[in-house]
Amino acid sequence: MNHDAYDDNYIREILNGVKSIAMVGASPVNVRPSYFAFKYLAQRGYDMIPVNPGHVGKSLLGKPFVASLADIGRPVDMIDIFRNSSHILPVVDEALKLSPPPKVIWMQLGARDDAAAAKAEAAGLKVVMNRCPKIEYGRLSSEISWMGVNSRTLSSKRAPIPTQGMRLSLNRTSVGGGETAASDRAAKNKSELT
Amino acid sequence: MTDRIPGFSTLAVHAGAQPDPTTGARVTPIYQTTSFVFNDADHAASLFGLQAFGNIYTRITNPTTAVLEERVAALEGGTAALAVASGHAAQVVVLQQLLMPGDEFIAARKLYGGSINQFTHAFKSFGWNVAWADPDDIESFERAVTPHTKAIFIESIANPAGSITDIEAIATVARKAGVPLIVDNTLATPYLIRPIDHGADIVVHSLTKFLGGHGNSLGGIIVDAGTFDWSKDDKYPMLSEPRPEYHGIRIQETFGNFAFAIACRVLGLRDLGPAISPFNAFLILTGIETLSLRMQKHCENAKAVAEFLSGHPAVAEVNYSGLASNKYNNLARKYAPKGAGAVFTFSLKGGYDAGVSLVSNLKLFSHLANVGDTRSLVIHPASTTHSQLDDAAKVRSGAAPDVVRLSIGIEDKEDLIADLEQALSA
Ligand SMILES: Cc1ncc(COP(=O)(O)O)c(C=O)c1O
Repeated sequence: MNHDAYDDNYIREILNGVKSIAMVGASPVNVRPSYFAFKYLAQRGYDMIPVNPGHVGKSLLGKPFVASLADIGRPVDMIDIFRNSSHILPVVDEALKLSPPPKVIWMQLGARDDAAAAKAEAAGLKVVMNRCPKIEYGRLSSEISWMGVNSRTLSSKRAPIPTQGMRLSLNRTSVGGGETAASDRAAKNKSELT
Repeated sequence: MTDRIPGFSTLAVHAGAQPDPTTGARVTPIYQTTSFVFNDADHAASLFGLQAFGNIYTRITNPTTAVLEERVAALEGGTAALAVASGHAAQVVVLQQLLMPGDEFIAARKLYGGSINQFTHAFKSFGWNVAWADPDDIESFERAVTPHTKAIFIESIANPAGSITDIEAIATVARKAGVPLIVDNTLATPYLIRPIDHGADIVVHSLTKFLGGHGNSLGGIIVDAGTFDWSKDDKYPMLSEPRPEYHGIRIQETFGNFAFAIACRVLGLRDLGPAISPFNAFLILTGIETLSLRMQKHCENAKAVAEFLSGHPAVAEVNYSGLASNKYNNLARKYAPKGAGAVFTFSLKGGYDAGVSLVSNLKLFSHLANVGDTRSLVIHPASTTHSQLDDAAKVRSGAAPDVVRLSIGIEDKEDLIADLEQALSA
């Protein structure tokens, strides 16, 4: 897997395939990127589980926080890690101990740990690094086009009128442009996540 | 299966657009509305907090304008774009994200006269200081860098003389200085030059010119290349620091590689207000569908006219970089192999007076202050677009008193040449 430039089909398959997502490092503060992504993915129909030991006893948009992956107590398809690159490996180790293990490890925009990725891939998991699932879902469905963002997709099909909580089709034709190489480089050097 | 990557002309017709979900309309509708209803209070709050994708108010986003934005972003190879009311508005919005009072930016001396005015005078009252450099002398950019420098601004093909700028060389200076390179790509359009491929971090356009292409609508656009790391130091607090306007959001952390376009929208356009009308966005979008065809014809005609003028006894000099004898011809071959654009200047042996009489004798060329129309246009920059510069600055920017500027349209070239011929001999 080329972690510098993912094929859209790779991301599409992941987002079409997973149903439940545990978000490690989810924040209840409504200006944090994790809150944005959690809320959006919940609205698009994913079964979201907030993981953050600092907020156990509270809930995020109606979903109770759990302290760790082991505390989820049911199978989960994808682990979305909102932690600094230096905190990724222990989360991946914990994920690999789950039974059944998750299908996907996703590291947020700005987060990248190639060694942890290799470990997860060796165990048969798919890995995405330095991307945001909200941005990728918005891009592949072209919902993000409302913001003038280059979705790098085309379609001549009439889409259904989107309503709240509706899953959107991600099956548009991918096109080039709008490279992410620079932000990947920046993430390799440092990250603003904690 | 990997997807086929469509070519430029396909993107010019399709990027950003899709059949309207509500009506099935195939052409992008003109959403001529100021505002958009919310589903409920939570949806409204999500939109205001930038948590959801959607529309609030046409000063911030509009569905017609969004298609234009995505299309130009796709053609330029950028991550996102923001359309605004004019090319000048684009320049203000870009620099407002980058400069604080007391900061500096470096600009090429060879620029559209209106940009020289904007940078010299209008920006002074914001406390933004411009340092000028000569695009023919790359070291002059290096010498102009100071600890207060926040950006470098150049035109890919410079108005009025159509000279070609060595974008890669200046991008190297910008990278070394740790500041973004902004390229005004108005006269080239992405069909001829894609500055992001040569190291630009931000591209701006006056959509008023070749992109709209029909002389009917003002517009401007900002394209984010997604290449610059705004948080590498504390130089760009609009992008790297928590924003009080949005309860502490950090724009780059939240929006990644299209953060600059979002900052321009939610910190610039939202608060400064120069929104483009959806109707203008629609007309410009329609113009862009034929961009490839028009630029081919513009360039073919311009070359023919430049060759005709070069051979005419009344003409002293023709500045068209597409001519082999031109000093920018090597740069034109490198950066604009499909054509050197359609705006250039020439001077007459009869000087200022001959220029004035040429302009008044032309019957097909229109005498007006614009470029990049389907119609051929003519102007005398020294007395119009560049009139506010002193004589030395006029010469430096390519608008000496004996110079006439042409913007060649997409008419039949034989008719353009015949019109020039009769006007020169009248
Ligand atoms: C190269 C260039 N940049 C910017 C502008 C300003 O654009 P507008 O007139 O759309 O504000 C112009 C207008 O002539 C131009 O030629």
